[in-house]
Amino acid sequence: MSIAWNAFTPATALIGGAIIGVAVALFVVLNGRIAGVSGILGGLARPEAGDVSWRVAFVAGLVAAPLAWGLLAVLPEIRVDAGFPALVAAGLLVGAGTRYGGGCTSGHGVCGVSRASPRSIAATVAFMAAGFATVFVACHLIAP
Amino acid sequence: MYTAASFAAGFVFGLGLLVAGMANPAKVLAFLDLAGAWDPSLALVMAAAIAVGAGAFAFVKKRTRTLLGAPVLLPSPRRIDTRLVLGSLVFGVGWGLAGICPGPALVLAGTGSAKGFVFLAAMIAGNGIFEFFEGRKRVASGSAPMRS
Repeated sequence: MSIAWNAFTPATALIGGAIIGVAVALFVVLNGRIAGVSGILGGLARPEAGDVSWRVAFVAGLVAAPLAWGLLAVLPEIRVDAGFPALVAAGLLVGAGTRYGGGCTSGHGVCGVSRASPRSIAATVAFMAAGFATVFVACHLIAP
Repeated sequence: MYTAASFAAGFVFGLGLLVAGMANPAKVLAFLDLAGAWDPSLALVMAAAIAVGAGAFAFVKKRTRTLLGAPVLLPSPRRIDTRLVLGSLVFGVGWGLAGICPGPALVLAGTGSAKGFVFLAAMIAGNGIFEFFEGRKRVASGSAPMRS
């Protein structure tokens, strides 16, 4: 392992992470819920009366963030290296996996670990390990 | 009011992802590439978010109502089962393939990225796969739908 010091951005990582923490805090202190993106989005698949508007609003907030940013400043660098077939496969796996696993990086990784939930800690270890393994296979075994 | 708070939380979350560089799949993949030129930034993003989040969860722990009077609805199951682990492993493989998880997928779509839209559409289809099989199970067992 070698650390890419030129790519490492500790200051913005800590500030951005704290902002994400503030969002999570706002959501639980005001709405009493876990800010888990996969669960919030997934709940829209079977809409129930009174359970739709807050979900749509949260999703709209996430989509609106880059729109508002783009109006005031230049968006930060965003690079998607994956091709379309890989994106489709990845999206299907992420969509199904997060629902079976009951959460994603936000719900398990940030909220669940913040609450010291054993389930979320187990889920986070599992998806991190699978992510590390997948990149290793894709970048170093298949296409080195 | 809850809807406005929800929008605000989503909006702030999206800004945080952009500031942290986590809406950039290449940066996420650089974190997952332990054997390559490793970028540890994502670990600091999570550490900072968890530090702030832990304070908020400690605050609501003893409460039954939020500051807006909504019921506190936090998940209570504690059992680590195969479904949780297998689902998370499948998610991790997908995450490693493209460097995109659900939050950044929505932010990417908001940037107008065609690749972001394709990923989001596939992710919603993946959701549909889950709903299809869970729906059939529910019909078979006659049980009430489980909300997340």
